[in-house]
Amino acid sequence: MTRVLRRRETSIALALVILVVVATTANDAFLLSSDGFRDLLLAPSLLVLLAVGQAAVIITRNVDLSVSSTLGLVAFATGSMFVSSPGLSVPVVMLLGILLGAALGAVNGGLVTSARVPSLVITLGTLYAYRGITVIWAGTDRISAGDMPRSFLAIGTERVLGIPVVALVALVVVVGAGVYLGYARTGREFYAIGSEPVAARLCGLPVGRRVFFAFVLSGTLAGLAGVLFAARYATVASNAGTGLELQAVAAAVIGGVAIFGGSGTVAGAALGAVLLATIDRALPILGIPDFWQQAVVGVLIIGAIVLDRVLAVRTARRLRSTGVAEAVRPLPAARVTGGVP
Amino acid sequence: MVVNRFTILKGEAMAESDDEPGPTSSHPGASADAAPATPAAPLGPAAPLGPAAPLGPSTRTPAPTLVVRGLVKHFGPVVALARAELEVRPGEIHALVGENGAGKSTLVKLLAGVYQPTAGQMLLDGAPLEPRTPADARDAGVAVIYQEPTLFPDLSVAENVFMGRLLTGRGGLVSRKAMRERTRELLATLGVEIDPDRPALGLSIADQQLVEIVKAVSLDAKLLVMDEPTAALSGVEVDRLFAVARQLRDRGAAVVFISHRFDEIFALSDRITVMRDGEHVSTQDTAATDTATIVRQMVGRAVDTMFPRTERTPGAVVLEVQGLTRAGTFEGVDLHVRAGEILGIAGLVGSGRSEVVRAVFGIDRYDSGTVRVDGRVLAQDGPEQAMRHGLALVPEDRRRQGLHTDLSVARNVALTLRRRLSRGGILTSGAEYRVAHEWAATLQVKARDLDAVAGTLSGGNQQKVVLAKWLSTTPRVLLIDEPTRGIDVGTKAEVHRLLDRLAGDGVAVVMISSELPEVLGMSDRVLVMHEGRVTAVLDRADADPETVMSAATGTVRSAVA
Amino acid sequence: MTVDQVRTVPAAPSTRTRLTRVLLGRDAAITALLVAVVLVASLTVDNFSTATTWYFLFLDVFPILLIALPMTLLVIAAQIDLSVASMLGLSSVLVGALYENGWPLAVAALVALVVGAVGGALNGFLVTVVGLPSLAVTIGTLALFRGLAVGILGTRAVTGFPSGAQDLVSAHFAGTGIPVVMALFVVLALAFGVVLHATPTGRLVYAAGLNAEAARFAGGRVGRLTFWLFVASGVMSALAGVYWTLRYGSARGDNAVGLELSVVAAVLVGGVSIFGGRGALPGVVVGVLLIGALRSALRLADVSSDVINVVTGVLLIATVVGPGLVARARGAARRPGTRPSAGAPG
Repeated sequence: MTRVLRRRETSIALALVILVVVATTANDAFLLSSDGFRDLLLAPSLLVLLAVGQAAVIITRNVDLSVSSTLGLVAFATGSMFVSSPGLSVPVVMLLGILLGAALGAVNGGLVTSARVPSLVITLGTLYAYRGITVIWAGTDRISAGDMPRSFLAIGTERVLGIPVVALVALVVVVGAGVYLGYARTGREFYAIGSEPVAARLCGLPVGRRVFFAFVLSGTLAGLAGVLFAARYATVASNAGTGLELQAVAAAVIGGVAIFGGSGTVAGAALGAVLLATIDRALPILGIPDFWQQAVVGVLIIGAIVLDRVLAVRTARRLRSTGVAEAVRPLPAARVTGGVP
Repeated sequence: MVVNRFTILKGEAMAESDDEPGPTSSHPGASADAAPATPAAPLGPAAPLGPAAPLGPSTRTPAPTLVVRGLVKHFGPVVALARAELEVRPGEIHALVGENGAGKSTLVKLLAGVYQPTAGQMLLDGAPLEPRTPADARDAGVAVIYQEPTLFPDLSVAENVFMGRLLTGRGGLVSRKAMRERTRELLATLGVEIDPDRPALGLSIADQQLVEIVKAVSLDAKLLVMDEPTAALSGVEVDRLFAVARQLRDRGAAVVFISHRFDEIFALSDRITVMRDGEHVSTQDTAATDTATIVRQMVGRAVDTMFPRTERTPGAVVLEVQGLTRAGTFEGVDLHVRAGEILGIAGLVGSGRSEVVRAVFGIDRYDSGTVRVDGRVLAQDGPEQAMRHGLALVPEDRRRQGLHTDLSVARNVALTLRRRLSRGGILTSGAEYRVAHEWAATLQVKARDLDAVAGTLSGGNQQKVVLAKWLSTTPRVLLIDEPTRGIDVGTKAEVHRLLDRLAGDGVAVVMISSELPEVLGMSDRVLVMHEGRVTAVLDRADADPETVMSAATGTVRSAVA
Repeated sequence: MTVDQVRTVPAAPSTRTRLTRVLLGRDAAITALLVAVVLVASLTVDNFSTATTWYFLFLDVFPILLIALPMTLLVIAAQIDLSVASMLGLSSVLVGALYENGWPLAVAALVALVVGAVGGALNGFLVTVVGLPSLAVTIGTLALFRGLAVGILGTRAVTGFPSGAQDLVSAHFAGTGIPVVMALFVVLALAFGVVLHATPTGRLVYAAGLNAEAARFAGGRVGRLTFWLFVASGVMSALAGVYWTLRYGSARGDNAVGLELSVVAAVLVGGVSIFGGRGALPGVVVGVLLIGALRSALRLADVSSDVINVVTGVLLIATVVGPGLVARARGAARRPGTRPSAGAPG
């Protein structure tokens, strides 16, 4: 949209390339082995899905912390459906899983738009609640590979032209959501709502409906990620996906989605997710224990928001000083007499 | 005697106070009496408006585009609109005037679907206009330009123009190209050069206003409402805006134009409706009236009775400001005020007058210059420092800056005193109640009890709470910005008496006001600002409306008379 | 023009009026709820009304109680600190790592508290000086502090703390189920309570939360206040980390993961408005105890500990959403078609 935003995506992509090059130099299996290449694409895929949904929500000046619990619940539900109803075909189960995610997102969206309570609080609550439901349902059970059909599990491992199917799905979602937010009428309205909610109402935008849909979108993508989680890891316990919500927020923020809405792109959020997942894999190769990964994430989040702020302040200052030219241009009038001491 | 000349612009007839009925009771119901007979047959409250009963001298008047009848709007206990009447014909520019708080902006928001009326009726082309949302109003054919631009900073100019009805191209996708081209065309008709692809963030206020205008024009509305669109515009931009407004009028649109600048009103409008205290006062042909008449109807009373003035002898200079500059906001401002003196500051909105007192009080930083209190330099260390040196600031925006609308009366009053009231670091409610009671009694605040939430009081009582909050600090310099904005007439008079008494007691008062009669009536000296600079400092005797307005609008040619 | 019913000079409300207002207030309601839960649990759940139950209840909620004190002030001032549990973990890891390297326990604990202050100051600096939203900042430091904790110890746990110190933490007053550490809490709660409810600073906390701009116009140093609230939050979180280490005899990088949610939930259940400006400390203490009592009652009634998370989540949503929905329904009933312009999402 603007050069500044585009620059964020290029800089993230650049950082990613440098990281891959450095890691590959340290150990060429990082990229050049068949597994290395696959992991490079596969590792971030689920996080990309969550980050895309998160970006849509944050752009409307909201946040969805419940995505990790939605992912966990859907993953377990998907596995359970295979166990309890072996008659259902794989696509039907997958569809039901995704719909469950959409429904959970709709609960978030409904509560946020109807109660006028910040989404942070609502989704904090549903983060607990959805996870709790999963835990009650699963107990100590876990779904394992034997419980799920081979054709389903194949989705998690298969490749097309050397590219993992899961990564292709993520790519399709990024492109689809990118086109929607970038070029659909309703998608552009997400930006307007997040940019200036008061103006959005004065413009007659259906703010509530759009925000609701953003949450449904986020839930749907978390549901999709849950289904793919089950297929890829082949085992699902009640703690599936715990903690991913912060990584999803981090990915979006690092990718240039402003935490207070209105700007950023899906592609940026996706790149942020890829960067995070790649850092995770690269650290051990660079001789840093991967325990430090989270600290790096923290530094990146803080760095990204500080950078955004510094840029904004600089813009504001520049505008103020160009304003001088206007305000201080020579007056058409002579100074009027007065009692200045 | 001299005070009552409140004709605002040069060349217009002056109103003589002798023509007025004696001191009018300051009751809103007295409005009809105050409206003098004008050739255009003022619309009394009893005369209903409407397509069925068109009023005015012409019998061939076209059916009005907009009819507003008996419109009422309450916000809790506050009556924003008591009984508004308005009739706008197609192909007409209709000026709506009134003092701050007269209800103009509320009426605009009702037309725009932002608020819904408590009672009354609006008709657009004879059909009921009942917008429940701004989208409804827009779809019905009402376009509104608000006082403050409401743009989306992150979106491009073109998207701002079309938000809510973005143009689409192939495959139902938004077509940036189509919007860019259409926006460019519209900008060209206004003679404005703004890149349609740039984000709205960073546009100057004037450019933002122009984008708003492009937005409204692109709607091709039946009714265009402009709520003080020129407040932030320069002369050339105003001319352009007027050209557009006339274009629209000639195409048959009905235009409602709100402004405080009488030169604009008389240059542009075909008819004028005056409002006061939320009620309709009169409607008349612009050609058949003059500024003096309009002003008298707006104020609705003789000015002498409004401004009490006890004899006082100014003492030593208490506050002295030299060369105060904040880049892009104000430049080289010098002012001083003595004990027992009221210094009025006049100027248009955006002239930098509020910004100067904010900087003096330590809310905003300034880049250069000095502020001295009693000859000692006041360091830039925030309002607390300023308060310690005896300064107080009653800010212009009561609900956002002056008051905590969700706190009780007692807590609001005691907030500025919280340190002084505490004993050994402990602050009790009892101490707060005592000081709040004392000041509520002095200023006659009307509230259920001291626990009443400030936001539920009427505008006048809220202002009294703000005054109590600051007077309780016993300031030696009182900076007061728009002391009577949006409050009822009775309280207004009380506030004026209070300011007079404070000055009499030796407080140095700096008063900013957009109401010229108030500035002229209250001040010992008047300082006028225009575009960030002081353009005049006038002694009471020299301060007449013409000189002040000329200095405020920067149209002075040979004002050094 | 105005609709003020009373035309006399407003006075302070009578003691009786004030008492009535307290009794009809939110704190009273939540206290009643706590009493009801305790009563019902005592009657229906075996072993609930025993000293042992209360002993463990207090020990379990102690860290939440500690962190809830500064969190209450922060949320009333319209800020939030999500990094508290990570700071708890970092503090715990520091105590463990330093102790392991031969430092005296007391010195290690002191270092942890200082690091807590520094971490809080980092949050405060980013919020008040750089001007970032506290939500974003503390999500970042949540990851950062936790990352440091996990980075320092990896998946290891440091154990083998001196039994004397551990015994002190779990000691209780003779003849009761009340742990000795609760005395520390009472002292701290009184300190925070007095600051919030009976000092000029406390008045500024509310004023800043309701309208920071008006608070600044009234001479309040809102930035400085916010900064110190974050420092207090860091120190109290670190203190909770020291407690956690000794109570469970284990310093691990993942100690108390997710506890920030419990703290925020307790503060909101305790009647503090997430929009700032409303709430009181007694309500929050009762809120923490309510959640604790509910948890231990359910646990004793053999309800799995996981149901308890659902209960917490639902309780949080209900207490926060409920009032808004009720007010909205009431407003809609009174004036159909009238919609306030406020209420931006987010």
